[in-house]
This record gives sequence, C-alpha cells and structure tokens, in this order.
Amino acid sequence: MKRKFAFLAALMMSLSMTAGCASDSDSDEEEDGSAQTLTIEDKDYYKRFKGDDISINVYNWGEYISTGADEGTLDVNAEFEKLTGIKVNYTNYATNEELYAKLKGGGTTYDVIIPSDYMISKMIKEKLIQPLDMENIPNYKYIMDNYRDLAYDPENAYSVPYTWGTVGIIYNAGEIDIPREEIDWDILWNEEYKDQILMFDNPRDAFAIAEIMLGYSLNTEDPAELKAAAEKLREQKDVVQAYVMDEVFDKMAAGEALLAPYYAGDALTILEDNEDLDFAVPKSGTNLFVDAMCIPASAKQKEAAEMYINFMCEPDIAFANIDYICYSTPHSAAFEMLDEEVQNDPISYPDSDFIADKTTVFVNLSDEANEMMSQLWTEMKSETANTWFVPIFLVVCVLIMAFVLIRRHIKRKKDIF
Amino acid sequence: MKLKYFSAPYLVWMVVFILVPLAMIGYFAFTTDGGDFTIQNVSDVGQYANIFVRSIWLSLIATAICLVIAYPVAFILSRMDKHKQGTMLMIVMLPMWMNFLLRTYAWMTLLGNNGIINNILGAVGLGPVHMINTSGAVVLGMVYNYLPFMILPLYSVMVKIDKSLLEAASDLGCSSASTLFRVVVPLSMPGITSGITMVFVPAISTFIISRMLGGGSNLLIGDLIEMQFLGNAYNPHLGAAISLVLMVIILVIMTVMNQFDPDDQVLI
Repeated sequence: MKRKFAFLAALMMSLSMTAGCASDSDSDEEEDGSAQTLTIEDKDYYKRFKGDDISINVYNWGEYISTGADEGTLDVNAEFEKLTGIKVNYTNYATNEELYAKLKGGGTTYDVIIPSDYMISKMIKEKLIQPLDMENIPNYKYIMDNYRDLAYDPENAYSVPYTWGTVGIIYNAGEIDIPREEIDWDILWNEEYKDQILMFDNPRDAFAIAEIMLGYSLNTEDPAELKAAAEKLREQKDVVQAYVMDEVFDKMAAGEALLAPYYAGDALTILEDNEDLDFAVPKSGTNLFVDAMCIPASAKQKEAAEMYINFMCEPDIAFANIDYICYSTPHSAAFEMLDEEVQNDPISYPDSDFIADKTTVFVNLSDEANEMMSQLWTEMKSETANTWFVPIFLVVCVLIMAFVLIRRHIKRKKDIF
Repeated sequence: MKLKYFSAPYLVWMVVFILVPLAMIGYFAFTTDGGDFTIQNVSDVGQYANIFVRSIWLSLIATAICLVIAYPVAFILSRMDKHKQGTMLMIVMLPMWMNFLLRTYAWMTLLGNNGIINNILGAVGLGPVHMINTSGAVVLGMVYNYLPFMILPLYSVMVKIDKSLLEAASDLGCSSASTLFRVVVPLSMPGITSGITMVFVPAISTFIISRMLGGGSNLLIGDLIEMQFLGNAYNPHLGAAISLVLMVIILVIMTVMNQFDPDDQVLI
C-alpha cells in the first residue's frame, strides 16, 4: 500500500506475474462471465453531464484499478467514459507522500484521489480535501459498517473506503515449523532467525509493530513511548537482514529471507511465486489500513468527481476492481460476488470480530511526533552521531579554501615575474 | 560576436532550471515552515554527521577503486589500433545503455545469500559468503555503475598523448615506470581530475544503490535527503539544509582536485 508497486515491484511483476490473486477466477469465467457484463441500477443518474464535454483528473496508486488488460475483465475508466461522457485523465503515484507533495505544491489539480488513512486525516487537518456530498454518492450504502466512520475520518464526511487490508507476517512455512495461529510479532526478534528477517523500511509501519508488542496505541504521540518503541527496534537491528519495502517481493520469493512483515494484499502476490511461503496475521493485533476515495479542495469538477466515486461503488465495478487488485473490499455487494474460497480466506478476510477488536487504523500524528519518530528512526538506522562534526567540518572547509586561494595567489605572482 | 546570442536558450534554461532551484534550496534551508529565518535546519544537519562521514568514506573508496581499474584500461585502450579502439569503447559503454536500476537490481540477485555467485561457490565447496547488505556490496555497486565515467575522460585525454613522446622518454633512458610517472601521469592529469569528479559526485549522493545493495540498515546522504522529501518525515527544510551541506562538501573537494591540474584550468 504505502509504496505500492513502485518501480521495482512493477518491474518484477511484469516478469513474474501471470495471474491475479491467489484463488483467481478461472471458474468465474466459465460459469457466467460475471465480470464481463455490467449492470447499473440507476442509469439516469450518470446521464447528468452527457454532452457537456467535461473531464476529470483521477490520481491513483499504480496497478490499483481494473484496466481490462486481462481477458474478461472490465476497463473501468472506459466504462465510465462510455456511460457518462466524462473524460477520465488517469495518472499514478507510488507513495502517499508523493501525492501529498503534489497537492501541497499546487500546479496540477485533481478531482479524485485515493490516499491511505493517516494521509486522509492529515489532509483533512490541512484542508487539502473537501467534504463529500453523500446525496451524490448513493452507493455509499454498500460500504460495510466495520469500515465506516473510522478514526481517520470519524464522521465519514470526506472519504469513501476503496480497499483495506491488514499488516501481517510473510513466513517461509517450509523452514519455520510453527502453526500459523502461533506466529506473533516477537518472532521478528527471535535470535534463531538472525539475518533471515526483513523489516519495513518506513518508520510508521516499523514503529507500529514495536508499539503493538509494547502494548501502546499505534497512534501514540507520547515521547517516552516513542523512545521505548525505538529502543525495541534497535534491539531488533542485530537480527534484521535488511530494511526493505518493494524488495520484499523478490527476496521472499527467492528464499533470501524467512520472515518479513508486509501488507496482506501484496503478500498474496508474493505467495503465488513461492509455495513454501505463508502469511500470518498476528493475534495480538495489527494495523488495519484503508485506502479511500477523496476529492481535493482544489478540484474543479466536484460533482463529476462524486459521480466517479459513486461509479467505483457500483457492485460490478467494485467487484472488477477488487478482483484485479487482490486487496480486501469494504463493499458488501462486491464481497458477496467473490468466490467462497476467497471470502473465507484468512489472509484477505480475517474474521470480523478480530477486525473490530484487535486492529487499529493509523491517524495522522502531530508534526512534533512525526518529526520525533523519523529522527529516532534515522538514529536507529545509523550509529550514534557526533554533533560537533559539522561545525568542525565547515571550519576545515574554510581553511582549505583559504589555503587554496592563497596558494593560487602566490603562484600567480610567481608566474608574472 | 553575434555567436553569443546562440547561447541565449541555454542561459534561459540555466536561470530557470538551475539558478532558481538553487536559490530555492538556499531559501528552504534557512527558513521555517512559516517562512521565518532560522539556522536551526543547518545545525540539525550535525546529527547526521556519521551518515556524512560514511557516505564520503564509501564514495572515496569507490572512486579510488575506479581510478585503479580504469587507469590501465584507458591507457591500453588509447594505445590500440584506431578501429579496435572504437569496438572496445563501445564495450565499455555497453552497460550504460541499460537502465541504471536494472543493473543494480541484477547485482541484488547476483550477490544474494541464495544468489548465483553463492550457488557457484557452494558447488565448489567454498560455502556461502555473506555479500549482500554489506558496505562492500554498496561500494561494488558504485564501482560497477560509475566505472565508465572514469574510463571515458581518462581515455579521451590519453588518446591525445603522442606516441613519439613515450618513445622519446625511453630513448632518453627512462624506465617504463618512470615513463609512466613522469610522462603519462602528468599529461593525463586533466583526465584524472575530471574522472574523479564524475565518479565521486554521483557516488556520494546516490541513494538507490545503498538501498538495494546495502539493505537499508546503514543510511547514506542520498537516502537521508530522499526521506525528507518523499518519506514519512516530510521535512523539506531539513532536506534542503542537508543538500546544501552536501553541495559545500562537493565544492570543496572539487576545488582541492583542481589544484592538481597543472594548467590551472577549471574542469566541470
């Protein structure tokens, strides 16, 4: 999610990815080809802008929408254009921060964006996104209760959930002989697997794991708790082989490491490449992440954007998307359309009591907490610093410069004579 | 005189895309979020001193290795037949036609614990050697990626050294060692200095090599700057301050390098 399918993964996927997600829909296509036909309940709603020749800019994660590239799937954007006559300019980003930097910097306007939870709360706070008019999004009724009114957007005024997932541990079941239910976060600290453990290379996710183990809130801003979490991560450094994000795909599939925490949706893709691998959602709790559709405050076509969001929540469309991207869906009708096997898959759909009781969504931290976290993280990753280095260094620089200039001056004088 | 108007497009380019961004880096480095003047950002850079030391150290090693490898290659290349030179040069350039990321990515799988090299070593009975995620792997990545930038400037200078000069040296009783150190090295000095700059500057600011081959457990300056702009930290002011300090370091090193240039001509 956070750095979903950036360059490396994209590269690798194109080489190795043949099918979509774990229990892919071969049977589906034989049965009724449900993905091919599109039924829209309220067609009149979508006729509003027909012939007005307007266009909307949609900014989404890479590989995060059904494009119709595989046979029998829908090209969602093309269907939308056909139905409404609104042109969709579709572009991609790789991280929430990239999206944030784009919005903050101005220059381009977007009408629909799909940030993750903590970024949504940050954007609400900074007024970068605007409240939605739910009257224009009747299909919001399909969103399941578990995914409404989450902490990042308590009244669900700004966002409509698109996908969700949990963070868990990918492990090599061929080498690690522990039942899936018994795997918990402390395995990532286990000396027995020294140099066989990969870890998140981003502070928020890494701190979250330490915070769960210490029994803190995932959204803690308490300096003492953050320090304790950093200390916990420092203890782990000895057994960690590498801090990675997208490289997890390749390293786990190639058997380079035995354990790695990662996002459930991506884990499914990795599991496809190596049968030894399995995925466990630790019972002590985890982070639930949600990517949701929002409209930036600077959007030019708000109503058309709401229409697009509503369209994304049409059962057939939501199903086509979720079938393509393999994350979990918050959409009740799309969930019903999934194969039974997928519905009961503990990776994509852990039991709903667990979701309600044991998972937490990220909200945005205060600037101070964020800064402190990233500083602790940098300190953890590098050895302890000597703060006097830079002043001394600058003095040395100036001395060298002076020496050079004087030397050159003397040399010139000599040359003249 | 009119010729100088032809440089106008580049001048405009330079102002808009080089000078203005530079000024913006300076502005960001010395301001707070609210736009007030502060030196806090620059003094905060001090916390990352060890990352600077490590980056400078690794890129110096990489530059030195590049020089040692490239110097004989460039010399041999420059003494070859003209038509052979073309072919050989192409072979030197060949890796550069491939995407930089792909090349580094390939090393990641080559050096892995279950990678090709370790598999071969294992088959011969030399046991697995831990290569990936070490500083050595980062240096290897730098050398591999930037070697052509050392060979090319060296070659282009050496090819201009007249064969008769070398003959004259040995006629006058120079041993081959003293021919090398008293004739070839001084004459190829401009190539050495520009080669060093062309390897050292990108090596010190690289971030993808250390992330892919170094395992991310020891940061380089490039990683640090990237974190400030695209990472969770999002602190462009600190990022700008780090970039500024990095620029000063590079500037100083280049000034020192240029002192070795006999003609006092400023390269790059």
